[in-house]
Amino acid sequence: MAFLKRFFASGSLFIWLSGGALACSLLLIGGLLTLIFINGMGYFWPKDLVQLTLKDGTMVLGEMVDTQRIPGTVSTEFPEGQTRIQLKVGNRDLYGLDFRWIDEESIAQRAWPHDVVAFERREWGNFYGWISEVWEGDARLAQSREEAWNAFYPLLEQTESIHEEIHYIERDVIGAINYEIERARLNLKELELKGENLSRDSAASLQQDIQTREAAYQQQTQRLVGLYEQLNRYRVTLIDVAGKEKSFPVGGIVKAWRPNQMSVWAKIWMYAANFWGVMTEEPREANTEGGIFPAIFGTVMMVLIMSVVVVPFGVLAAVYLKEYAKQGLLTRMIRIAVNNLAGVPSIVFGVFGLGFFVYAVGGSIDQLFFSASLPNPTFGTGGLLWASLTLALMTVPVVIVATEEGLSAVPREYREGSLGLGATKLESLIRVVLPCAMPGILTGLILAVSRATGEVAPLMLTGVVKLAPALPVDSLFPYVHLDRKFMHLGFHIYDVGFQSPNVEAAKPMVYVTTLILVLVVLLLNMTAIALRTRMRKRYAGSSV
Amino acid sequence: MEIARNSLEKAVPPAKAPGAKSLRVIVETRQTNSVKKTVSESQTATHPCADMPTKILIQDMNFYYGTVQALKGVNMTVPANKVTAFIGPSGCGKSTLLRCLNRLNDLVDGTRVEGTILLDGENIYRPEVDATDLRTRVGMVFQKINPFPKTVWQNVAYGPQLQKIRKRTILDTIVEESLKGAGLWEEVKDRLHASALGLSGGQQQRLCIARALAVNPEVLLLDEPCSALDPISTGRIEELLHTLKERLTVVIVTHNMQQAARVSDLTGFFLLGELIEFDDTKKIFTNPNDSRTEDYVTGRFG
Repeated sequence: MAFLKRFFASGSLFIWLSGGALACSLLLIGGLLTLIFINGMGYFWPKDLVQLTLKDGTMVLGEMVDTQRIPGTVSTEFPEGQTRIQLKVGNRDLYGLDFRWIDEESIAQRAWPHDVVAFERREWGNFYGWISEVWEGDARLAQSREEAWNAFYPLLEQTESIHEEIHYIERDVIGAINYEIERARLNLKELELKGENLSRDSAASLQQDIQTREAAYQQQTQRLVGLYEQLNRYRVTLIDVAGKEKSFPVGGIVKAWRPNQMSVWAKIWMYAANFWGVMTEEPREANTEGGIFPAIFGTVMMVLIMSVVVVPFGVLAAVYLKEYAKQGLLTRMIRIAVNNLAGVPSIVFGVFGLGFFVYAVGGSIDQLFFSASLPNPTFGTGGLLWASLTLALMTVPVVIVATEEGLSAVPREYREGSLGLGATKLESLIRVVLPCAMPGILTGLILAVSRATGEVAPLMLTGVVKLAPALPVDSLFPYVHLDRKFMHLGFHIYDVGFQSPNVEAAKPMVYVTTLILVLVVLLLNMTAIALRTRMRKRYAGSSV
Repeated sequence: MEIARNSLEKAVPPAKAPGAKSLRVIVETRQTNSVKKTVSESQTATHPCADMPTKILIQDMNFYYGTVQALKGVNMTVPANKVTAFIGPSGCGKSTLLRCLNRLNDLVDGTRVEGTILLDGENIYRPEVDATDLRTRVGMVFQKINPFPKTVWQNVAYGPQLQKIRKRTILDTIVEESLKGAGLWEEVKDRLHASALGLSGGQQQRLCIARALAVNPEVLLLDEPCSALDPISTGRIEELLHTLKERLTVVIVTHNMQQAARVSDLTGFFLLGELIEFDDTKKIFTNPNDSRTEDYVTGRFG
């Protein structure tokens, strides 16, 4: 009893309690990050392919994905219960399913065939099997499996360069032509709208312009047709473990590798290449495959635009509230309102952004400046600018509060010292007070960036799309297209994970995207924190 | 009076090493000459310097923080090219009066000023007077040492730059002269572009003086400039004041009576917002008219 009493009185209980709470939080955060990291990073590793012979004689080939105990199978014979394994068998075009569960009990034999090939295809997901034949038109180039692989591999590299050319023509050349045609068409329409006094010459020259570009467009399309024909010139016959054959153009294959004979170094190299590919490529197959570069780009771009807007706004508001406004009931109420604004659900901001920015502001801009293209909206629909502004509005309270705190932390002596030297209030603010409050302002920015990067709900109303046809920055005037719709990592997670037709195949992509979202947040924050540390060092306390 | 006594006991610091001897001398002098004066006689003490040219004339100053009156009918004449010290217990209004001299109190919410302060015969509280211009004429050095978190050079050039002096050569000259004027040049000439926060406390305070000198003021106000400094740094700043008074008028607020005795030509004693006695420093410390002054300077208040 006495011991307990002393224990309580000493406060040890409280120390244990608070320490435990901290440990729990850290554990949860650590667990979350570990889960995302393991699941996300595992995606890039080229796994071995296992060939199972089942007791009924069928053969299955695939990557082992998961192992699971079958519920209710504990018996004297199996004290631990029976297990089943999940195989990614690929070959969706042959069997309709990518994944299969197989009871361990039904497996007669396991093998890791040396020469098995894994293919990543542009359509239908992965194929696991062998190449039996290679064809050029009707001529057979190779017959045995080994010969076929050797003949196939150089063809793959060749088609890769054709794909790059096609991509370049479609995206850049034809994109530019279309853009010019659209502009000329709009100019023409504008002239027509102006009515009678339009000069015939300029209209005719615009018409002429459109016609020459149309011709150029036709020419490029011809080129594309030729390239596509080249892609389909070589075909391979793929054969799977059950002996089913499938003829496939080489151009339809992205990558092929033989995981069971790759060394660890080769796998590491491929791992890095896969990672790089995801970071830099565009998505394919309803976002479940390929890369997520547009989403990364869109996220970073949006956050940057938001920061550029939110910092000046928040700082100016805070400066007025703290330095100029007469402190009283009104300022107190405004502070309360600002704090409450930070707690408003983000979807509410989304609705506001849609109603105000998109329809009211964007609609008016369209009426005034883009009337020629109406009824097609230019700014009157969701876009990068409106999404950024909506998020800026959402995060401005955070910046205001942090800036106010930063301003309060500036010693009165600095202000008075500056005023005593004949500075006006504005001069003191700009030259002494604001630089000293910079660390506080940056803290606000860090919080704002963290919140904005992870936000999805308001974006869905103001400009995020599943698949944006073009990046918001390109080589066409005016280079930065704030009216364009964009992709976002947060929305990408939602879309891939819950809106895709093949959820099981998309699962790793969800983790990868989540991981990269976390990394982007980390990177953006680290930049701001590094900046803040530098500022803090420079403005470290002046006291002796 | 009870409150004042308590605050006084806290306010008077124990004698510091260099000043200890002189204080003892003063105390002994006072004890042999314990003549009590009446309060009414101190009214005449506002003109101890009728023969000197006047720099600042303070007339019927009343100052209020909200409803609290911090200054009560202060009349005072600050002569040019002299060091004038304000002494008194904490909360007696001496710093408030000092801050009125360059209108720094304007920026504190809820304050009110009555009366006039004439600088060279012109009332600085007239509405058409620009307070920022006034502050370039009346510089100030603060109790809390406050160099800006910038380089030494930037600190000194801050004031001239505000006056739109942009030429690097001119600024360089001003910086050098101001630092020389503050006796800091030799110590910092090789680190002009290093952070001012890297200097020692005494150097920082002299930098603040140099910064104030850079705008070429006519009056320099010092609000307990040495309260955070060691005796050696304090000594250097006191020496500096002696040379500075040839160029400008110095007003210093201090808690340290030995310091007032050492550096000032005239001393004003404040108590509860009133100027009790203002006279020649020697007279204040050796033969004050008011018994309260005597009690304060001898260290036994009441």
